[in-house]
Order: sequence, then C-alpha cells, then structure tokens
Amino acid sequence: MELTTAFLNLLFFAILPYVALFTFFLVTIQRYRSQKFTYSSLSSQMLENQDHFWGLVPFHYGILTVLGGHIIAFLLPAQVLLWNRALPRLYITEFVMLIGGVLTVVGLLNLIIRRVRYSKVRRVTSLPDWILYGLLANQVVTGLLVALLYPWGSSWFAATAAPYLWSIVKLNPDLAYVSAVPFLVKLHVVNAWLVIGFFPFTRLVHILVVPNPYLWRKPQVVRWNWNRNDIRNTN
Amino acid sequence: MDVRSQISMVFHLDKCIGCHTCSIACKNIWTDRPGAEYMWWNNVETKPGTGYPTAWEDQEKYKGGWELRDGKLGLKSTGKRRTITNIFHHPHQPSMDDYYEPWTYDYQNLFNAPEGPDQPTAIPISMVTGEYLDIEAGPNWDDDLGGSPVYAENDPNLDGLTPEQREQLSAVERLVFFYFPRICNHCLNPGCVAACPSGALYKRGEDGIVLLDQNRCRAWRSCIAACPYKKVFYNWSTGKSEKCILCFPRIETGQAPACFHSCVGRIRYLGVLLYDAEQIESVAKRPDEELIDAHRDMVLDPFDPAVIEAALANGVHESVIDSAQKSPVYKYVKTWKIALPPHIEFRTLPMLFYVPPMSPVMASREGETVDHISDNLFHDIDESRVPMQFLANLFGAGHEAKVRYALRKQKAVRWYRRAITVGDVDMETAMRMLTEADCTVEEAEAIYKLTSLCTFDDRFVIPPAHREEAIQMLEDPMEHKQSVGFGFVARPRRGM
Repeated sequence: MELTTAFLNLLFFAILPYVALFTFFLVTIQRYRSQKFTYSSLSSQMLENQDHFWGLVPFHYGILTVLGGHIIAFLLPAQVLLWNRALPRLYITEFVMLIGGVLTVVGLLNLIIRRVRYSKVRRVTSLPDWILYGLLANQVVTGLLVALLYPWGSSWFAATAAPYLWSIVKLNPDLAYVSAVPFLVKLHVVNAWLVIGFFPFTRLVHILVVPNPYLWRKPQVVRWNWNRNDIRNTN
Repeated sequence: MDVRSQISMVFHLDKCIGCHTCSIACKNIWTDRPGAEYMWWNNVETKPGTGYPTAWEDQEKYKGGWELRDGKLGLKSTGKRRTITNIFHHPHQPSMDDYYEPWTYDYQNLFNAPEGPDQPTAIPISMVTGEYLDIEAGPNWDDDLGGSPVYAENDPNLDGLTPEQREQLSAVERLVFFYFPRICNHCLNPGCVAACPSGALYKRGEDGIVLLDQNRCRAWRSCIAACPYKKVFYNWSTGKSEKCILCFPRIETGQAPACFHSCVGRIRYLGVLLYDAEQIESVAKRPDEELIDAHRDMVLDPFDPAVIEAALANGVHESVIDSAQKSPVYKYVKTWKIALPPHIEFRTLPMLFYVPPMSPVMASREGETVDHISDNLFHDIDESRVPMQFLANLFGAGHEAKVRYALRKQKAVRWYRRAITVGDVDMETAMRMLTEADCTVEEAEAIYKLTSLCTFDDRFVIPPAHREEAIQMLEDPMEHKQSVGFGFVARPRRGM
C-alpha cells in the first residue's frame, strides 16, 4: 500500500511535471515556428455577442488575478509570508483571491453554457476545446474548494507549494511537501500539470502572443518590400 | 516632403448599373471559403439604403473611424489604454446579425421529399451550423429599394433632410435611387491598421495597399470596429480577420483587380497618385469643411520637377512616376475635381474616390407645358430627385459645395456634348454652362473621352510592381538563383 502511494506520488508529482513541461516547451515553440497561423485567440464573439460578455470578462479578470497570485507566491514566497504576517493584510489577500476565484468559476460556467447553448458557437468548438473546458473547470472548481475548505492558502502555498515547485525547477523533485497535502489539493496540482501539458495543443497559446508592443509602437504600420535607405543612398 | 506612391481608385457612379458583377467576380476568387461566405470585400449598395453591414455609416452604433479629442486624433473605438480593456470582449464588435447568416439550399429535398399535396422546395440551410434556417436578412436585402420603408429610411445620410424631402424620396412619382459599390478604400490613415494590437495590419510602402498578415492576426477584433467602412471582416472559421487585398497578385502582374476587370458599366478607374506622407496627420486633423481640399492638396503633381526629384530620392521608380502622370485617377480627383472621397469626416483619408451620380432631370412644369430649359441652367441640380444634402452627407462631409461643383461640371459636359452631337442645345448656351461650371472646352472633351470612350488601358494604368528590384536590393539575383533556385523564397534545407 505504501509502495503504491509512493509510486503514485512519484508518477504524478515528479514524472508528470517533467512530461508536461517538456511537452509545453517543445510543442509551443515548434508550433510557433511551423504553424504560426494557428496562433489565435479564435474569438467567437462575432457569432454570439451577448452572453460572450458575461463569460469572457469575469473569467479573464478572475483567472488573471488568481494566476497572478499563484505566480507571485511562487516567485516571492518569503515576501508573501512577510506580507501575510499582519492579519488585515492576510484577509485582504485572501479576499481578493477569493473574489478572483469566484469570478473565474462564474465566468467559466457562463462560457461552457454559451458553448453548449448556441449552435453557431458549438460549430466552432473542437474536441480539444471541450477537453480544455473539462480540465479548466476541474482546475478552478478544485481551486475554489481548496480556498474555502483549507483557509489561508496564500500563506501555506508559499510554505509548501512554492518549495515543491522550486524543487521541480531545480531538477531535484522534493515530494515531502506535496505528499502530505489533502487529496483535493493533490487533485488541483495534478490537474495543473495536465493543463500545462495540454496547453500547446489548445487555443490557450494566445496567452503567449498578447499584444504588448501596441502600447509603444506608432499607430500606423508600413512595410516595405525593399530597404528604402539603400535606395536613397544609391541615388 | 516624403513622396510615396498609392494605387488609387475612382468609381464613376453615374455609370453604375447595379449589376453586382464586381461582387461576384470578387466572391468567386477570394471569399467562397468556409468562414468567409458572409464576407463581401466588394459589395454594391442601393442608396438610399442601410447597406452592408446594416447601417454601417452610423458611427454612433459602430464607433468606426477617427475623432478629434482636444486637438488630438484618436480612434473612436479603441486606443492604447482601451485596447487592454477591450481585448476580452470588444464592445463595438458587430455580430453576424449585423451582416447575415450565410446559407445554401437543401436541393436534395426537391428529389427526396415524400409525396404530398405541395410542391417540394429547396429549404435554406445555414452555412455556419448546417441547420435549417429562417432567412431574415441578406447582403442586398434592400437592393433597388426593396422594403425601403423599413430599410432606406434608416440611412444615416438622410440626416439633415427636411421631413418633406424625406417623404418625397419615397413618393412613387419621385422615387429615386442610385448604386454605391464599395471596396476597401486603402486609406492613407487607416483605422484598421492603427487599431490592430498585433501589428498584423499594414500598409504596403510601395503601393499603399492595406493588407492583413494572416500569420500575425490573433483575432483581437479591433480592426473590425475601427474601420468606419466595415471593410475588415472576421473569418469565424479560421479565427483571423480578412479584407480586400486589391487583388495584389493581379496588380503585381499588371492586371486590373477582378472587380475592376469585370465591371460591366466600366465605372472603375485605377491609377497611381503620388502624395506627401508627411502631411497625413495634419490633414486628418483639419475641420470637416476643409478636409476635402486638404486631402486633395496632399496629392502631388506628378509633372512638377520638384515632386519627381523628391519621389526618385524616396525610392519611387521612374516607371511608377510615369504611371502617375498617366493616371486617370489623378485627372478625376485633382485636375477636374469631380471625384470625391466617401465620408471623409471619418478621417481615414480614403483613396477611393466617387464621381457623384446625376439623378433624373426634373423638368420645370407650368400648367400643361413641360419645359426642360429654365433660365438657370443648373436648376435641376439643386432640385434633383436626390436631395443635395443627401449627396453632401455621403461625399462632402455634410457640405454641399464640393458635390455641387462636381455635378455642375458633369452637367455642363453633357450639354456641351449634346450641343455637338444632337444639336438641340445651342452652342452658346453650352459654352455658357462650361464657363459657369469652371470648365474649358479641352477639359470637357477630356472628361467626355475618359468617361464615355475609355478603353481598358485608359481606365487601368497599373504601375509595374518591381518585385525583381526588391530582391536585387537584398542580394545579387545571380547569387540568389544559384543558392535557392526558382520557386523558393527561402533556401531549401536538408532535413529538419
């Protein structure tokens, strides 16, 4: 029994992460190089414009908040713990994250209902989309439940998940932390690796091509077939 | 002076017969693919009418084009900051309901329908979902004023018309309409390009054609809202925007674009205009009433030695300058001033110009006598069936003077030619009209020739694309051939 648990822990928390990360990097890069055309958010707003708002907007603001929180706690665990030492600050952090989580769940629910409800939108929904919806739904629902059932996640994430994740990054997986967490948290972690591994096969790649240069480029874009300066110099 | 060359167009509305051949030529070549069925890069609208997509000119609804905010030029629908908040859900994105749901017919039903009391019909099926469809709208739903009390009355260009004028428009005896064919205007200050967060949309430096890089488009949808002419379309199947490419593969090989080539009424003209790119921003900021003149002033005289010198220094090829000198567009827009940009108040500086249409002549009537000639020879222009204000809203940013000038000149040319060929107008009257319309005999002859007797080569003066020089600038053609061979742009590589 113990052996099985140890094996499962090894499989889900040490082997799966590397398979997922390897797939993530290999496929996203190769897809960008050879199939650049497929990098798109594949918006379906044109086909259904009303419910789109109530799904897309809460989902995106929610997931950005929650994901941002995870990334900050991963990168700066000590600072997060320090921040959380004062109770009001802890409450604020937890409250903001909880709101983010609720927005994400509500948004995702609306999105799934929209996909099912409108035949036009169903028409542009592929199998990977449905799988992704399943994975994401599992991810955000378990996430929200963890937040509600096991309070002060912002602190214990910094104390347990962050060291685990860093041990993965350092190619020296330390399973001591994850082995001890409740089943729901384990499910959340395993599902997260699945999402990362599945990421490059889905429309999620649009996250990697968000249009940041827009903020400082000139409004008008002109492309020349030839180098104008060369021509000017020869004349 | 930053002299650039722009492939520009003139549509002579007085010659358009509304046959939609242009639309079909375009559709058959470019937009008969899944996701593109609803797109009409070229469409022909009946005016008055709401057009396609429905009421596209109503920028209160669509928020297309530019506006001046405290002296600064900004897009109505987006901006640097708003692109972040608009990215998840674009508040001004038209939906398929604003266009129409494309359909085909279930022809098998004609053969397979069970025996019954009724004749079987080919039932419409949606080309999006494949389900049976109750057709509610189409791309030319109000063609030839079909259902005009519902559609034509909502034409935004009817703003500023008196209730009396509006009523007359739909009175059976005065009923009038004309056609308004539209493609992408390949603007000098394109809203779509300035709105694209990904930088996928761009203007080609050499000829000014506005294109959309399909590999860089990420479906953020800003271009669709920002184009006031609604000539960027979203392909719901590929998840990329698409637009009129002015048939650049044809242009580059010296052929007229498909819609131009196929035009039955020969209303379309295509040629090069040289313009000063430095002025774009300042011109786009002018007040409404100055826009047409300022836009025209940006277009440079291709015979002026200073312009030629600056053009050459800027990499514009001699052959392109030669094309600019022969350009029919230059004559209509700049020399004769009878071609006007559509809705210049959107401030995108469109490079497709329209010769406004003459409407049916209204005779002056006294009792039983119908007299075609009044003392004021141009009386029927202001009293024509299409109210001047309507044309001014379309082609004059609401100001009538430019439209009236174009129509007077057209009418003067007609009467002058009539004096010559029919002879029921005396030459003295014709000459008086020419003078009053600011037109000389030579000019009238030239307008007549290019309008009525134009050959293929008169209408389309296409500059050589000089793609061969594009490669020469980068490397020696002989070297390129030896390393790459013909048919490849990138060097073929062995293995992965």
